[in-house]
Amino acid sequence: MTVYAKGVVFEGVDFDNPNHWRLEEYVKRGGYAALKKILNEKITQDEIIAEMKTSALRGRGGAGFPTGLKWSFMPRNFPGQKYLVCNTDEGEPGTFKDLDIIVSNPHALIEGMIIGGYAMGITVGYNYIHGEVFEAYERFEEALEEARAAGFLGDNILGTDFCFQLHAHHGYGAYICGEETALLESLEGKKGQPRFKPPFPASYGLYGKPTTINNTETFASVPYIIREGGQKFLELGKPNNGGTKLFSVSGHVNRPGNYEIPLGTPFSELLEMCGGMRGGKKLKAVIPGGSSAPVLPADIMMQCTMDYDSIAKAGSMLGSGAVIVMDETVCMVSALERLSYFYHEESCGQCTPCREGTGWLYRIVHRIAHGEGRPEDLDLLASIGDNIAGRTICALGDAAVFPVRGMLKHFRSEFEYMIEHKTRQFAALS
Amino acid sequence: MLEIEIDGKKLTVPSGSTVMDAANSIGVHIPHFCYHKKLSIAANCRMCLVQVEKAPKPLPACATPVTDGMKVFTHSDQAVTAQKGVMEFLLINHPLDCPICDQGGECQLQDLAVGYGQSGSRYQEEKRVVANKDLGPLISTDMTRCIHCSRCVRFTEEIAGYQELGMANRGEFTEVLPFIGKTVNSEISGNVIDLCPVGALTSKPFRYSARTWELSRRKSVSPHDGLGSNLVVQVKNHKVMRVLPLENEAINECWLADRDRFSYEALNSEERITKPMIKQGGVWQEADWQTALEFVANGLKGVIAEHGRESVAAVATPHSTVEELFLLRKLMSGLGVNAVETRLRAADFALKTAGATWLGQSIAELAASDAVVVIGSTLRKEQPLLAQRLRQSVKKGLKLAAINPHGDDLLTAKAAELVVRPDQLVEGVLQVLKAVAEAKGIALPANVDFGSIDIPAEARAVAAVLDGKEKTAILLGNIAQQHPRYGEIYAAATAIAEATGAKLGVLGEAANTVGAQLVGAETGGDVFAKPRQAYFMLNAEAEFDVQNGAQALAAVKQAKLVVALSSFSSCALEHADVILPVSPFSETSGTFVNMEGRAQSFNGVVRPLGETRPAWKVLRVLGNLLGFAGFDYASSEEIRDEALAGDIAPRLSNALAAPVAVKAQSASGLVRLGEVSIYQADIYSRRAPSLQKTADAANATLLKANAATLAKLGLAAGELARVEQAGGTAELQVALDAGLLDDVIRVSANHPLTRALAAHVGAIAVAKA
Amino acid sequence: MLSQESLALIDRELAKYPADQRRSAIMGALRIAQTEKRYLTNELIEFVASYVRIPPVAAYEVATFYNMYDRKPVGKYKLTVCTNLPCALSGGYTTADYLKQKLGIGFGETTADGRFTLAEGECMGACGYAPVMLVNNHSMCNHMTPDAIDKKLAELE
Repeated sequence: MTVYAKGVVFEGVDFDNPNHWRLEEYVKRGGYAALKKILNEKITQDEIIAEMKTSALRGRGGAGFPTGLKWSFMPRNFPGQKYLVCNTDEGEPGTFKDLDIIVSNPHALIEGMIIGGYAMGITVGYNYIHGEVFEAYERFEEALEEARAAGFLGDNILGTDFCFQLHAHHGYGAYICGEETALLESLEGKKGQPRFKPPFPASYGLYGKPTTINNTETFASVPYIIREGGQKFLELGKPNNGGTKLFSVSGHVNRPGNYEIPLGTPFSELLEMCGGMRGGKKLKAVIPGGSSAPVLPADIMMQCTMDYDSIAKAGSMLGSGAVIVMDETVCMVSALERLSYFYHEESCGQCTPCREGTGWLYRIVHRIAHGEGRPEDLDLLASIGDNIAGRTICALGDAAVFPVRGMLKHFRSEFEYMIEHKTRQFAALS
Repeated sequence: MLEIEIDGKKLTVPSGSTVMDAANSIGVHIPHFCYHKKLSIAANCRMCLVQVEKAPKPLPACATPVTDGMKVFTHSDQAVTAQKGVMEFLLINHPLDCPICDQGGECQLQDLAVGYGQSGSRYQEEKRVVANKDLGPLISTDMTRCIHCSRCVRFTEEIAGYQELGMANRGEFTEVLPFIGKTVNSEISGNVIDLCPVGALTSKPFRYSARTWELSRRKSVSPHDGLGSNLVVQVKNHKVMRVLPLENEAINECWLADRDRFSYEALNSEERITKPMIKQGGVWQEADWQTALEFVANGLKGVIAEHGRESVAAVATPHSTVEELFLLRKLMSGLGVNAVETRLRAADFALKTAGATWLGQSIAELAASDAVVVIGSTLRKEQPLLAQRLRQSVKKGLKLAAINPHGDDLLTAKAAELVVRPDQLVEGVLQVLKAVAEAKGIALPANVDFGSIDIPAEARAVAAVLDGKEKTAILLGNIAQQHPRYGEIYAAATAIAEATGAKLGVLGEAANTVGAQLVGAETGGDVFAKPRQAYFMLNAEAEFDVQNGAQALAAVKQAKLVVALSSFSSCALEHADVILPVSPFSETSGTFVNMEGRAQSFNGVVRPLGETRPAWKVLRVLGNLLGFAGFDYASSEEIRDEALAGDIAPRLSNALAAPVAVKAQSASGLVRLGEVSIYQADIYSRRAPSLQKTADAANATLLKANAATLAKLGLAAGELARVEQAGGTAELQVALDAGLLDDVIRVSANHPLTRALAAHVGAIAVAKA
Repeated sequence: MLSQESLALIDRELAKYPADQRRSAIMGALRIAQTEKRYLTNELIEFVASYVRIPPVAAYEVATFYNMYDRKPVGKYKLTVCTNLPCALSGGYTTADYLKQKLGIGFGETTADGRFTLAEGECMGACGYAPVMLVNNHSMCNHMTPDAIDKKLAELE
């Protein structure tokens, strides 16, 4: 796979060297310098959080919440245990950036979490890793051992009184655990069912204790920010969209892979980096931020730049930066059927609208896709969607509805065609 | 306080309130399914979505905290659209089989569907079917009806203390179930039936026996443990069909123990006796009341004339009402008979207190304690709802400790636990007493001979639980009260209470244990140790209600005259000479005084079966027949007013009336821990077929010992063992109980299988059968 | 019921969490048990639950919620193919169809010789490597074109 590294997370990683992920190599390319700087220069917690705010780093998990602000919410003088949690439960269809981070640069994440622990006065952290990537989990465990052995992790880090314990927790197949409170439930050994908020994790998180949760890429960006300064990071991107960002490009491009590029890069440039459309076919549509994001047709997408604001303006979301590219041959009924099946399968079953509604949505799309659609189905889909979206504890309900809305907004005619003719305009996914 | 507006009405609520709390406080009803005031907030059904000003989307009232100035609209377009949307989702997979559903008529889904549902369904796909589950003999399932509110699951985990139900799978495949092959065995399991807002969980004994709207609802009081749970007894055609809780926050909250709920089956048992019967020439014959009563009156007079007043004893269970016991005592006084006894399960009658022994405080006060030490009790089985209440208190910080001859799980955290041999319960309490004295640097009480007692770490830990806390209590349970050295246990516990400032409390075994004391129905002592010529037995069954059942049975068998006032025939038939059919609690008015000293009067909920008569009326007429003055009561209320004249409170006291000498002793060898199992404790429970099918009932048939003891005896779990005590034997299946000390043999008492055995605590021989 | 090695691994999981939060280790413990025994019987779930000291139904909830736990017998090699949209755009269904035809079984089925079980998977977070396939839940195979499948199946003899 291609990893196009022109940013902070994979800076200097020599993918041809089989040991590129090891601590020794990480230190050679400047790793743990940020941590040493903090400890040697006795940089204060406030200074670190200020630096994070300057960087305008926004959460890379999908919601895009400013990281420095989130860190400042953590009660600093809480008398009990607090927790730091990393969300590496990457299961949003289209997203695969965090996998590459823990496989190829795990120490950047470890160092980022240690710094986060220091900044927020937290002494215990967990990294929750997606179930299907067991080998990556094992590598991360090995990286943790390296960090412990080198004195970067554990008790009295680098001879100071700062202590930070970090453990890996392995998921076992539930998309919903990417939702931060479902992840906490799962980390507690329960079903991954999201919690109602408030209270938010900052006051009631893991084991009921104050907890900060960030995405893998977010933490992995921290060492660069501390080492090079928040301002430098900010300038890599554009205002309010600081830094570079990993985009996971999948689908009908010549070189699928992770592309770490400045936020604000035009989509057309990203498409070029990926070697353009596979087989020279025409671009039909793009899901720009993971499967939950509404689909955008080619003409709109080609006008977009890859940042939070531009994609939002176009009516979709940058999300986790998962770019699913579809060429002119794709049957949108078939594509939606597969996505609706996914949300139906992955609904945790807790709240009524999502538990009952995702199955209903899927069954209707499935009927349409099998030539049994009815004229009233499209309005029914929209109405069911309205009854799900915004009515559930977590965003999975919304995530199940957005693809339906996007498809019906931009590709309604394909659905109408199929309902009317009982056959599809384009070949089904195969 | 926060100011808030709901549907245009202004109100103030304490901070920390939810929108649901606020709405409830002004009587605004917000539809809901998963919300329940006693359970954690799940916010999963989404039925309570309401509009909140400035919120972009509707919010669940149950989980949304009130903020100052919040404006809530529960019936706005946005709220109602959301609620109707949720209702549609709830109904798409619901079978809508209301005509054959036991929940029909009291179904929250049915009720709300009327207000929020559509007349037709837009759902044209196939409906879900969910396999039913075996939850045991009490709860019936129709899982296709489940709306996944998770109340039942939360109940088992949060209220019953152990998660016996779960929600397996995910998404629309989610199913409520117990672990495969297991049933729901909690002693308070039936509450999930009430909690289920639909007909997914319904009463198994009640299944398909009536429509809910055919039933009249009548108030009553549970006759079982000392709590005095308030009941709604549901009745059709003069038959008790079902029992539900009557909410009383001070006593049972909104819960019932399973025996409160299901023991009604006994009321309709075929063992009910409906006509007076006299045994003549060894043959039972039905008689009219007049004949039977004259037979009794003449019989008693005859025995007394021939053998003297000391030759007669009256016994009754403390499940009898105040009125019954008062008249029993009065009748016996008329006859000059002093021996009236309700402490039938006691083995030590020497204790004298300044008043009726009781909880020492109200149930609610106890629940607000900082620390509680329980001595000699299987708390969950003796007092199921009190155990539940303390479990909730533990979550709020109460420290719970125990001194017990077993290590039973209370399904809540124990701060400390001292496990002793059953014949060393006194010594266990003394160890704690000594630890308390040491820690406080106070002198050891003079009336106690500590012998060579030393203090194990567990005893220090129990003592520490009481230390430095403001509100503490020491509770004596059934095992303590039925112990052969109860007086010493009581005195030692009193000494701890005095040293620590803890309140001493006695957990009333039965519904009217306190009432029985108030009317003085405990003057007999062990009336079976030295057999009498006549026994007058009210609601009491010799082999099941008396500690040494074998001895009691032998005593009544040799007696010249045995008068049984009973609702049931089975046991009395064996040994009585006359049986007078008296009303169970459901067919008489009466009063129980619960463990906190609260008198609760109730009316009969159905008319007496056949020629059954309320016992108070029978006793009254006997008094009339015998020509005694003061037996002209027109109502049970008149009797109550005389029996409980004045305030009850001053007549309650746990203070020792005379010092008790306490002396530490040593013990060794095999010793029996005999406990009365939960569904053998009273005449109703033992005749409720559904309760007899529970795991608790099965558990009562086992002989239990720890691994070392089993090994020493050459026994393995599952094998049959033969036990012998005072010449009586029993054969029981062996099971492991890791919570017992070495040489302790746990065998239930007053059980059909063990009726031939003797004292609850005493030497016992065990061998492979 | 489990080997000493597995129990040691479970102990290692338990050590990651606070002493009063043993429940946190249930996911790892079930994974370790499944790895040893290939799939989770109810008896095994109950054993693991008691080892972790949680009610068996709580462990059962976990074992049925997360879809990588197998509660029915599976073949020596369980092959899970992702067919979610990004993989499907790059041949996920072709891969699945090829495997079905080659093994003669459908999704959720096991070959008669008990060697292979085929399963349909959801997003494995590796869409850039599509089509992706998991072997026995833990070993990921990338770019599973028919040629790559032939090679892999030969390795799994």
